[in-house]
Amino acid sequence: MKLFNISSGPHVRAAEDATMIMWWVVIALLFPTVGGIYYFGWPAAWLVATVTLSAVIGEMVFQWLAKRPVTIVDGSAVVTGLLLALILPPTLPLPMGVIGAIAAVVLVKGLFGGLGYNIFNPALAARAILLASWPVAMTTWVKPFETVTTATPLYLAKIGQATPGYWELFLGNRAGSLGETSILLLLIGAVILFVKKIIDWPAPAAYIGTVFIAAYCLGHDPLFNVLSGGLILGAFFMATDYVTVPVTTKGRFIFGLGCGVITVLIRFYGGFPEGVNYSILFMNMWTPFIDVHVRPRVLGCKK
Amino acid sequence: MSGLRLKECKELTERLPVQEAALPTRVVLPLQQSLGCPNDPIVNVGDEVAEGQKIADTQKTVAAPLHAPISGRIIAIDNLPNACQYPVASLVIEAIPGRESQGLVGSHWQVDEFTPEQIRKVVREAGIVGLGGATFPTHVKLSPSKPIDTVIINGCECEPYITADHRLMLERPAELLEGARAIARAVGAENIIVAVENNKQDAVQVLLDHNKNHNLKIVVLPSIYPQGGEKVLIRKLLGREVPSGGLPLDIGVIVNNVGTAVAIADALKTGRPLIKRVVTITGSGVKKPRNLLARIGTSFAELLAQCGGITDDAAKIIMGGPMTGLAVASLDMPVVKGTNCLLVLNQRDARDYEEKGCIRCGRCVRACPVGLLPNFLADFAKLRDYEKLVDYHLADCIECGCCAYVCPSRIYLVQYFKGAKQELKTRRAVCR
Repeated sequence: MKLFNISSGPHVRAAEDATMIMWWVVIALLFPTVGGIYYFGWPAAWLVATVTLSAVIGEMVFQWLAKRPVTIVDGSAVVTGLLLALILPPTLPLPMGVIGAIAAVVLVKGLFGGLGYNIFNPALAARAILLASWPVAMTTWVKPFETVTTATPLYLAKIGQATPGYWELFLGNRAGSLGETSILLLLIGAVILFVKKIIDWPAPAAYIGTVFIAAYCLGHDPLFNVLSGGLILGAFFMATDYVTVPVTTKGRFIFGLGCGVITVLIRFYGGFPEGVNYSILFMNMWTPFIDVHVRPRVLGCKK
Repeated sequence: MSGLRLKECKELTERLPVQEAALPTRVVLPLQQSLGCPNDPIVNVGDEVAEGQKIADTQKTVAAPLHAPISGRIIAIDNLPNACQYPVASLVIEAIPGRESQGLVGSHWQVDEFTPEQIRKVVREAGIVGLGGATFPTHVKLSPSKPIDTVIINGCECEPYITADHRLMLERPAELLEGARAIARAVGAENIIVAVENNKQDAVQVLLDHNKNHNLKIVVLPSIYPQGGEKVLIRKLLGREVPSGGLPLDIGVIVNNVGTAVAIADALKTGRPLIKRVVTITGSGVKKPRNLLARIGTSFAELLAQCGGITDDAAKIIMGGPMTGLAVASLDMPVVKGTNCLLVLNQRDARDYEEKGCIRCGRCVRACPVGLLPNFLADFAKLRDYEKLVDYHLADCIECGCCAYVCPSRIYLVQYFKGAKQELKTRRAVCR
C-alpha cells in the first residue's frame, strides 16, 4: 500500500522566504552604495568590498569554529557588511573596516546566537565600537569628488557655520558617511522595500516625524535636520531591522518615537553632532521590554 | 488583525455541478463522526441493514446517531485506522450483490409546520452535525442555554480549492433558505444572515432571487481568509466578539454552515437522515477534479477513481482544505460527515519546507486574525513554558494557519500550537 507524506497544515506557504527578503534588502542597499562610490571614488569602493567580504568570511569562519550550520547563503552577513560600510567614513583605513565587520558578525551577532537572536543592530554596534577605538579616523570626513577633509553639515550647524542647501543635501553632494549622503538614492532603496512589503511605516514614520517636529519646536531647521546626518539611512534601513526592533505595529511606532527623541537630544544638547547611531542602539535595548508590554488585543479578551 | 488574500484555486471545480457518486460496494463508518461522545453500535455483525437505517446511537447529549449509507450487511465492527492512522471503533457494511439500495421514500412536510422541539428531534434523529468541517452535533447547537437573536448561515467557504458550499448555494438555494428558517425557528432568533464572499457572485444572485419572498439578509463580504471562522465572521458581521473561552451563543449568535442548513431542510421535508454529503475532489494531483455527492463511508480511493485517479506525481492527500486540512497517509480512508474536500497536491504544490530560525519579521503578528503573537507563542511552546502560553492566549488560537503560511522562516507554527494545546489539556486533566 502506498503511503503519502503527512504533515501539519497549512500545506501551502507564501512564496517569499527569509533568504529572498535578505537579497531584496541587498538590492535596495546597492543604490546608496553606488551613490557613495560615485561621490567618494575608489577608496569608498575598496571599503565597501573589504567590509562586506570581511563580514561574510567572518561569519563563515565563526560558524565553522562554533560548529554551527554555515548559513552564508541566507544573505544576512552581506546585509550586515554592506550596512556597516555605508555608515563608515569613506576614507577609513581598510584594516579598521575589517575589524568592524568582524566585530559585527562575531561579537554582536554570532555570540548572541546568530541571526534572530542579536539584541543590537550589528552594523550600528560595530560602528560604535570603531568610534570608541579610533575616534579620529572615524570622524574624518572628505568632500565629494575631492580628497580634502571637511566637516559634516551637522557639525557645521553645531558650530554655527553655513550649511549646504536642501538640494545638495538631497542629492548627497556633501561630506558624511559613505552611504548616508544621497537622500534620493536612499529613498529609491526604501521604496523598493516598501513595494516588496519588506519594511513597514510605523518606525520610519515615527522616527522622521519626531525629528522633524522636535527640531521645529526647538527652533532648529526641521528639513535640514531630516536631510542631513544619517537619519534617512537609519530610519529606513536600521529602525526597520526585524531582529532588533519590536514585532508589533504599535511597538514599532514607539521604537521610532524613542529613536527620534534621543537623536534630537544628542544633536541639540549632546557632545556629538549626530545621534542616529546611539539612538537606535539605545532603543534596541528597549525592544524586549516593548515586546512584552505592547501586545495586540486578543479577539474576545479585554485589554 | 488582518487575515490573508490567498490564491483561491477554486476555478478547478467551481463550475462543475454536483454529481451523485457511484454507489460504493463497501463503506467504513467510524462510530464517532462528531465532536463530543462516540456512538455504540445498535446492530450486530451479520445483520442486514437498509439504507437510512439507524445503526449506532448513544444516550449522551453531545453526539449524533449514525445511519447506514447503503443497504447491505454488517461485515465487521472493529478498530480500524482513522485519518490519523489511529485505530477507532468502526462499522463496515458491504453491499449485497444484486440487491440495490432503493433510496428513501420521502414524505413532504413544510418547514413551518414544525415546532422548535420537533425540529431539534428531527435534526438529532437525522444525525446532522456541522458540515463545514467542525462536526459539532447540530441539535445541541439548536438547544441554546441563552437567548439567541441572530442566526448566521456561513457560506464564506474561504479556504482555497473547496467549492462544495458554493455549488450547494447555486444548486439548492431553496432548501438552504428553508433550512436557515428552520434553524432560526428552533432557537427563536429574529435575524437570519447568510454570509457569502464576493468570489461567489453567482451564488449571491441565486440566493437573492430565492429570497424575494423572505426577509433573510444576504451579506456579501470581501474574500479574505479566514473569514469563515465563526469568531472572525461574527465580529465582521455584527461587531460582537465571542468572549475568550466562550461560545457564539454567549453573545446571542449561532453560526451554521450552508451544508448543514440544506441537510436540515432535507431531514425536515423528507425524513432523510444524513448519509451523503458534497465533497470537492480537487488539486493538482487529481486528473479530473469534480464535486461529488458521496455516501458517508466511501473510501477516498473509490472517489478518486471516479475523478480519473491521481497523477503519478501526487504527493499529499489532504482531507479538507490546504490551510486547515488533515494530511492522510493512505487512500484507504473513508469519507466522514466532516469531509468537505479531498485535496490531492502534486510534488510541486506539496513542497516540504525546512524550518529556519525566526527573524522576528512580525508577518505572523500582522496576519493573525485574532491578535496573537505567534512568534512568541512558538518560542514558549518550544521551551514548554506553559504559564507563558496561557498568558499569551494560546487557547484563543483558531488554528487557521495564517501565521505559518506567511512565515518566511517556514516555521511550523500551527504544529507547535496544536501540540502545546494538547499538552495543556492533558495537564489540566491531570490537575483535576
